[in-house]
Amino acid sequence: MIDIKGVSKVFKGKKEITAVEDVNLQINDGEIYGIVGYSGAGKSTLVRMFNGLETPTTGTVTINDTVMSDLHGKELREKRQKMGMIFQYFNLLWSRTVLQNVTFPLELTHVAKEERQAKAEKLIETVGLKGRENAYPSELSGGQQQRVAIARALANDPELLLSDEATSGLDPKTTDEVLELLLKINRELNITIIVITHEMHVIRKICDRMAVMDAGRVVEEGSVFDIFRHPQKEITKQFVSEEETPQLSDTNVVIKELLKQVPTGKIIKLTFHGDQAKLPIISEMLRQFPEIDLNIVDGSIHQTQEGSIGTLYLQLLGDGQEIVDAQDYLHKMRVETEVIRGE
Amino acid sequence: MSSTTGFSSYFHFSQVDWASMWSATGETIWMTVFSLVLVAIIGILLGLLLFETTDSHSLWARLLHWLAAVFVNVFRSIPFIILIVLLLPITKNLVGTIIGPKAALPSLIISAAPFYARMVELAFHEIDHGVIEAAESMGATNTQIIFKVLLPESSPALVSGITVTGISLIGYTAMAGVIGAGGLGNLAYLDGFQASNNTITLVATIVILIIVFIFQTIGDLTVRRIDKRITR
Ligand SMILES: Nc1ncnc2c1ncn2[C@@H]1O[C@H](COP(=O)(O)OP(=O)(O)OP(=O)(O)O)[C@@H](O)[C@H]1O
Ligand SMILES: [Mg+2]
Repeated sequence: MIDIKGVSKVFKGKKEITAVEDVNLQINDGEIYGIVGYSGAGKSTLVRMFNGLETPTTGTVTINDTVMSDLHGKELREKRQKMGMIFQYFNLLWSRTVLQNVTFPLELTHVAKEERQAKAEKLIETVGLKGRENAYPSELSGGQQQRVAIARALANDPELLLSDEATSGLDPKTTDEVLELLLKINRELNITIIVITHEMHVIRKICDRMAVMDAGRVVEEGSVFDIFRHPQKEITKQFVSEEETPQLSDTNVVIKELLKQVPTGKIIKLTFHGDQAKLPIISEMLRQFPEIDLNIVDGSIHQTQEGSIGTLYLQLLGDGQEIVDAQDYLHKMRVETEVIRGE
Repeated sequence: MSSTTGFSSYFHFSQVDWASMWSATGETIWMTVFSLVLVAIIGILLGLLLFETTDSHSLWARLLHWLAAVFVNVFRSIPFIILIVLLLPITKNLVGTIIGPKAALPSLIISAAPFYARMVELAFHEIDHGVIEAAESMGATNTQIIFKVLLPESSPALVSGITVTGISLIGYTAMAGVIGAGGLGNLAYLDGFQASNNTITLVATIVILIIVFIFQTIGDLTVRRIDKRITR
């Protein structure tokens, strides 16, 4: 278990910068925890305090009953050996082959040569790079390099894996593959993973719980499912909406266009959660209110770790009372509705 | 009697004493290689010191950095020929003589080591800081970082630096030869210039060029072999 209590970090230079301010978080064992925020929000600084690359100005970071700032020298190095870290730019040693990169942390801990070799080969297989043991990083794609970095981070059987923007430099398909790998590692090895990102879809795909950071503070925190469903803060809404409808601007254009063409009608946004997304709620509604005409403006379904979330933009045409009744029906079916444009 | 001036004066090969030519060649190579080994060791240590004490918060480290930087900058700036003269008394104390190939060593090393130290420091600074940080995050000690990250990751730059340094050392040995240190420079000066034997000067020049060429080739080939950053 990780317990962050009242942690702040102030960088003292020509100008004082408060990179992290009074952060309190608890992260459970075996969880994938996401921290999202825009550039400069303090995410990296926060995560670097987890393994003691930075020390908090105030507050404590406690990892499995060890207060990180109490550790120095050998103790700190031994604790770090139990934490893996992966980075945006992979940070592999170019002078070493894939195999030698993965054995690197094992050399640091003086593991015997045969054992190092065997362990590294197994990890290379786990991350799907069997056959590339003797390649140099410069001969690999970004996604493959990140896999090497993941294997390297796992070499000393860490209890915690820190991922700082590990997929930010990768294309969408490779990102998905790497996220899939992190999920697999979390499930099979039961390693707690902290995922730092500025991309909400990364959080949605693999995280159980999450925090939103803004200007050094955690402004919102909770289960990914809840936050996607009911974002509270403006910044969270921004992150969620970017993700929910990637072509939000397109949607607005479509709505305006529709309103121009059909001046009548109401436009509502429906949000489905979990199993509701699988039920034929819309066709049932049309059956009950046959006078209503309906246009689908935009829609999408996203998978999160706790279930799917669907959004649908509809234009409803017909008798005002019927439409109100239809909305009541949707409410009864526990579908959230939001009126985008009234009649 | 052959003329001692004019273009043809370069081609009286019968006047070349090949035995002394080869022994001078041996001296030049010996002075270069011997001082180069010491320059490499001192340069890397000094470069490491400069690198490790850069932007340090500790007062001691700052002082050390400042001292090393002053030493490096001063000795890099002194023209070699003046440095030899300046170091004559120290040389005499250190190696017991001020003539012969051994006498050239102190000044060769003291002038080239700071030059190489700067290149070493630069080479370390060129390593992506993230890689060092990754090693730190894995719990590496400072010594492990030096031997497993800094040195191997900067090895192409270290080798090309030592190649350049070696080549300028060859030039320095020739200068040192003029004031009595032996080697091809000494031969070209005494038997060539002072005895008005242009052929000896020409042959000594060609031998030096060949040595430079060999150094350069060995250096380039080594860099190509160890540099895995670019795929070929
Ligand atoms: N070593 C440092 N010295 C001074 N200021 C720093 C240092 N490290 C970070 N900062 C400052 O702290 C703030 C937070 O930086 P941080 O790297 O934690 O942000 P981030 O959320 O990780 O951003 P990004 O998404 O760009 O990586 C920034 O204003 C940054 O300039
Ligand atoms: Mg960052």
